[in-house]
Amino acid sequence: MDAKQLLALLRTMLRIRAFENAAEAASQGGVSAYGKAADGSAKVRGPLHLSTGQEAVPAGVCVHLRREDYLTSTHRGHGHTLAKGADLGAMMAELFGKATGFNGGKGGSMHIADFSVGMLGANGVVAAGLPIAVGAAHAQKLQKRDAITACFFGDGAINRGPFLEALNWAQVYALPVLFVCEDNRWSATTASGPMIAGDGAAARAASLGIAALQVDGNDVAAVHEAAGRLVAEVRAGAGPRLLQAITYRIKGHVSVDPAAYRDAGELAAAIETDPIARARAAYLQLPGASPAALQAVEQQAEAEVQAALTAAEAAPWPEAAAAFGDVQTTGAGQWR
Amino acid sequence: MALMTYAEAAALAVGHAMAADDQVVVLGEDVGRGGIFGQYKGLQQRFGEQRVIDTPISEAAILGAGVGMALAGLRPVVEMRVVDFALCAMDEIANQAAKNRYMFGGQGRVPMVVRMPIGIWDASAAQHSQSLESWFAHLPGLVVVCPATPQDNYSLLRAALDCGDPVVFMEHKTLWGLSGEVDASLQLELGRAATLCRGTQLTIVSWSRQLQACAEACEQLASQGIDAELIDLRCIWPWDRDAVLASCARTGHLLVVHEAVQVAGFGAEIAASAAEATGCKVKRLGAPRIPVGYAPVLEAQSRIVASDIVAAAKALRG
Repeated sequence: MDAKQLLALLRTMLRIRAFENAAEAASQGGVSAYGKAADGSAKVRGPLHLSTGQEAVPAGVCVHLRREDYLTSTHRGHGHTLAKGADLGAMMAELFGKATGFNGGKGGSMHIADFSVGMLGANGVVAAGLPIAVGAAHAQKLQKRDAITACFFGDGAINRGPFLEALNWAQVYALPVLFVCEDNRWSATTASGPMIAGDGAAARAASLGIAALQVDGNDVAAVHEAAGRLVAEVRAGAGPRLLQAITYRIKGHVSVDPAAYRDAGELAAAIETDPIARARAAYLQLPGASPAALQAVEQQAEAEVQAALTAAEAAPWPEAAAAFGDVQTTGAGQWR
Repeated sequence: MALMTYAEAAALAVGHAMAADDQVVVLGEDVGRGGIFGQYKGLQQRFGEQRVIDTPISEAAILGAGVGMALAGLRPVVEMRVVDFALCAMDEIANQAAKNRYMFGGQGRVPMVVRMPIGIWDASAAQHSQSLESWFAHLPGLVVVCPATPQDNYSLLRAALDCGDPVVFMEHKTLWGLSGEVDASLQLELGRAATLCRGTQLTIVSWSRQLQACAEACEQLASQGIDAELIDLRCIWPWDRDAVLASCARTGHLLVVHEAVQVAGFGAEIAASAAEATGCKVKRLGAPRIPVGYAPVLEAQSRIVASDIVAAAKALRG
């Protein structure tokens, strides 16, 4: 990987990190949980699931996707959404619940979607995106489109039935899907390891005959390389593939969760392998690397997020009447 | 006009929709063989395995894939075999299909018809006999249809496929062989009831197979000097408030009869709405809150027959 390529990946990762940090700050006091009460002052309300520390996975995978490819995401989906090319400002506005957000304030963080870039939605239900992704890929195949579907999910999802049903489905119909297990090693506030029988997502895929790779998900170059191979195979019509990217959730389950249940050493070790720090160090050793260019990318990301916060703050709330829009066409108006 | 069964009318409707729009596809278990009730007969031979898709026994994936297909531009007809099995796909219908359009701010729609056959079916016991229309009526975003005749099955299925919303389409398992004239040019609007017989003293509202016992009861009531009006609701959501409330205002008495368990059944919603709006006297008649049993004597405890309806009507009239 050359310096230019790695800088492009770093740019994606830095934008995600800056977004997550800003959203985290704006969400404190936004929900009553983990012994803290909502205080009404938060700009970002409700449960906010941060992908801080997991940025290398969406960056390394989505760089191989095209606008016409589909993507399904999870409750921890800001990174996937940004990496797929969605507008950062419209996502921040949605987190603020404003009319200018992607969903007009109807969805918030857990339901972010941007159909204009093929992002078919985050999901508040673990593993729910998998069957939807295989359906979207089935449509792509039936419609003979030159496009694929990338389906992100966490390690917790592999213990739900839809994981098995969707993987089996994708293989039976040889669908163009890349399954990406973003394995952050935590299922809400429970460590995943003791809850998963066998060897995890890649092994389960292999048991269905789906070729799978396991990769260090905090090494963006490794993710990029593995995802590139798998995406090329899926595009060539080889059927589904699975990538298990092992990373780490630096924050708690939601932004107000201090994750006090976690071993301090585990977090310290994870921070040692922070994907952005590693990518930055790797970049600076490459021929043609420019510390100034890296600094500029970092500053641009921060500035973009600051502008998004200002715009989201200034944006109007949705009209109350919008609560009755886009429910259903048949019977619209009959609310009781 | 042609004479055909309720199952044949359904297959005709899907076939016509598939011929008119190549984005209409069918997916579900055993659909290639025509479906377990013949409601897809001949469609795979005509349209091929790509569009009439035999699937694994994976209800969550069948329904979830239907959602993904719909978001990607197809118009899937999803077969759940019996409503009892659709419960394996409740997240996909309740949290995904019903809510995607709304929660994504209108960016995506789910034009999908999910067929979930309902009802007591000879000796099929507790997991193959339920009528769960009220579960789905409770979920914003869904349309719920319960056709009772071959004509309605044809016309309402076409309307369901055209409407662009996710539709729970509930055919009754003992109606598959019912014959009737079908006019394929007849278009019906979702949410419109049909008045099957006119009357002045009592309004009876029902749907699906339960209408047969209601019609029998109306004849018996007529012979006893009670003039009942019988309304086939046809759609559970949206339900035809105008037709039902107008009838209740005239007769002053409403009896709602359904095969589903009475407790928290949709009859409660109709009865309460009619009482609030017209001040009419109301009565509900549904199954007792017991699972459907296997032995004939046990199964019979869940059935509402004409004599039950006559007795309820008389009690209501006082």
